[in-house]
Amino acid sequence: MFVRMLYQSFCRQRRRKLLAGIAITLGVSVATAMIAVATDIGDKINRELRTYGANLVVTPDEDALDVEIGGVNLKPASDSAYLEESDLLKIKGMFWRHNIVGFAPMLNVPATVQAGSATHKIELLGTYFAKPLAFGDQTFTTGVRTTHPWWKVSGAWPNDDSSDILLGERLARQLARGVGDEIQMGGRNFRVVGVLSSDGAEDQKIVAPLALAQQLLGKPGAVKRVLVSAMTKPEDALARRDPKTMSPEMYDRWYCSPYANSIAHDLQQTIPHSRAEQIRQVAQNEGTVLERIKGLMLLVTLAALLASALAVSAAMATAIFERRTEVGLMKALGAGNATVATLFFAEAALLALLGGVAGYGFGNLMALQIGRWVFNSRIAIQPVLFPVVIGLAVFVTFAGSAVSIRKAMKFEPVMVLRGDA
Amino acid sequence: MTRQRSGSRNAMFFRMLMRATMVKPGRVISALVAVVVAATVTTAMMNLYVDVQAKLRKEFRSYGANVVVVARHDQILPTDALARVEGALGNRGLAVPFAYAVARTDKGVPVVVAGTDMERVRKLDAWWSVTAWPSAANSALIGTRAASVVSPDNQRFALAFEGRKLELTAAGALRTGAAEDSRVYLDLKEFTAWTGVQPSSIEIGASGTPDEINGIISQLAQALPAAEVKPVRQIVEGEARVLGKTRAALLAAVAMIILTAALCVLATLTAWVLDRRRDFAIMKALGASERLVNGFFAAEAAALGAAGAVIGFALGIGVAAWIGRVNFHAAVVPRFGVFPAVFAGSVAVALLSAVLPIGLLRRVQPATILRGE
Repeated sequence: MFVRMLYQSFCRQRRRKLLAGIAITLGVSVATAMIAVATDIGDKINRELRTYGANLVVTPDEDALDVEIGGVNLKPASDSAYLEESDLLKIKGMFWRHNIVGFAPMLNVPATVQAGSATHKIELLGTYFAKPLAFGDQTFTTGVRTTHPWWKVSGAWPNDDSSDILLGERLARQLARGVGDEIQMGGRNFRVVGVLSSDGAEDQKIVAPLALAQQLLGKPGAVKRVLVSAMTKPEDALARRDPKTMSPEMYDRWYCSPYANSIAHDLQQTIPHSRAEQIRQVAQNEGTVLERIKGLMLLVTLAALLASALAVSAAMATAIFERRTEVGLMKALGAGNATVATLFFAEAALLALLGGVAGYGFGNLMALQIGRWVFNSRIAIQPVLFPVVIGLAVFVTFAGSAVSIRKAMKFEPVMVLRGDA
Repeated sequence: MTRQRSGSRNAMFFRMLMRATMVKPGRVISALVAVVVAATVTTAMMNLYVDVQAKLRKEFRSYGANVVVVARHDQILPTDALARVEGALGNRGLAVPFAYAVARTDKGVPVVVAGTDMERVRKLDAWWSVTAWPSAANSALIGTRAASVVSPDNQRFALAFEGRKLELTAAGALRTGAAEDSRVYLDLKEFTAWTGVQPSSIEIGASGTPDEINGIISQLAQALPAAEVKPVRQIVEGEARVLGKTRAALLAAVAMIILTAALCVLATLTAWVLDRRRDFAIMKALGASERLVNGFFAAEAAALGAAGAVIGFALGIGVAAWIGRVNFHAAVVPRFGVFPAVFAGSVAVALLSAVLPIGLLRRVQPATILRGE
């Protein structure tokens, strides 16, 4: 009997049910989309924060002191230690490999440039531009185009296997050379394929493929520094502790959290004779920015949930209030308060489920659209969200109905049926 | 005569409006609550959207300098460079001078010594990890890499520059992960007295929008024609990108929330008007014109929308301020420019929700409604 009543009640008054259903669907869509965006925004903004460039640096373990002012090295290069270029491939095999967005090896070489009759002492920087590398069966491309996205080149980027070079903007002006010209270094001629503008120290250097710099230095395979751009988790109390003083469980937890320090630790273990450190300017600040943006989206999501809960409650309240004659009739026929309430709640639950499922679907579409529109990438939607959203929809629908159902039950059947309520 | 009649008619109109509110306050209040909540959420979100840029910019300033002033090739900065920079900058940012020289330790190892204003560096480069900032005279901040060369036992040490020796104590260790780690930092006055070298670069943390910063850069370039003033592109571009994405995501969220809130108001008010179809029927049965009835319901809805907008705006400012305190630890400035939009929007939605059901009701005979069918 109850099921028949529920079925009948649900199938009648289609238009009004449809309205309540639309309200639930809309509310759930907005809630789903907002939760999906808010849970994924940390990852998305983290990726955008990589525009700030490398946040980790790997240097040789026993390196002599740098004598560098304004990005120009003043020390003779002879007494330096180097990293081995072939070891860099291991970065893609280490524990935190998926968090490494890119890396660029750096090798500074003092050079003398012949321009007309004058000679200039300058610094040449050898690096990867966008070098394809293979580790095991996976291939990836890395270099300064990933780690230094603010470098702008007029002309073309050199090929990593070529002996073409980039000329820093200031140096180009000083030497009066540009794209397509040739530069003479150490008795060899090099073709300038692009002029680099970075607004930094590189503007007065020559930037060349790493192999070329190694040839000029006479040290094949040598790398002075590796700049690594990694996705990290903002630092907290655990991250700041010294891993040497931790208990084994705590060390495991530390090691398995992508803090800048634990990724640096992993890098240091992966690359022999190296020392890895976070570049604090980048690593420390991205945490603050990330926390603020995540906090902001969380609060906005709360507002969205509030607004959609309100919309659902309002729709349910209206739907039930309009059926007070029905309640009167049922009560006049001898139905108890419990029966009436159960019928209404069952109906609300059914509506919430249908609206919830539809809303979840629409919400996912909305989240995808926002992801494509704002971040040009997919927003990952956790399947865990489904039961959460459905539960939320049922809860909000019940909460919205509860007041109206109570009110509907308080009416005297006689008054309602006479139309005086 | 006519004026008197129209005057009494207006009085009657307002009396009816007031009575409608007084007689059944419960129903009016529930409709009002919907408008207030929607206006609150809308105000808070719009306020936040307008203010978030300024708030986040402040967070981005923790990345340090976004403008640098350096000497042109083979030149030095004029001695009054810092004063000129500060004159052009006013209170729109913080300028920190840096002077560099290469000194030698007892064993003849070259090390870069820098002179700067410690107080200002501490504010500009908040990411520097420093064990203790120097306060006494002739105490220095030593980069972690330099420490092993300069002062392995953390004791007093001597540095020589062009034959002049300087005795220093190690105040604290500095760690940044960058070039600073290999340097020794001194107070600028002591540094200049010792080496005679003037600052070669001034790092500036300028605050403002990209346009304002470009303005600052051109003013600085005018004030210091002998120097090169340039933005730190790494910082400026990163900031622009992250801010742009955040604003876009927030815009999408705010649009969805406002839409939901508006629909919620629409649903509630429509139900409220439909619920009063008996009033509608009685008025028409008593001979009220179509125009009067429409005007009455519209005026009622508009009054509700306006009242809700005012209360909601006040509450929304409060919510925005609370979010600002919780998330940014700074007050969100109330943007009164948001008010007209909230007010107009809420009155418009209220009017729309009165007009829709009236259109439905108009087709029904008053008698049918009054008989309860």
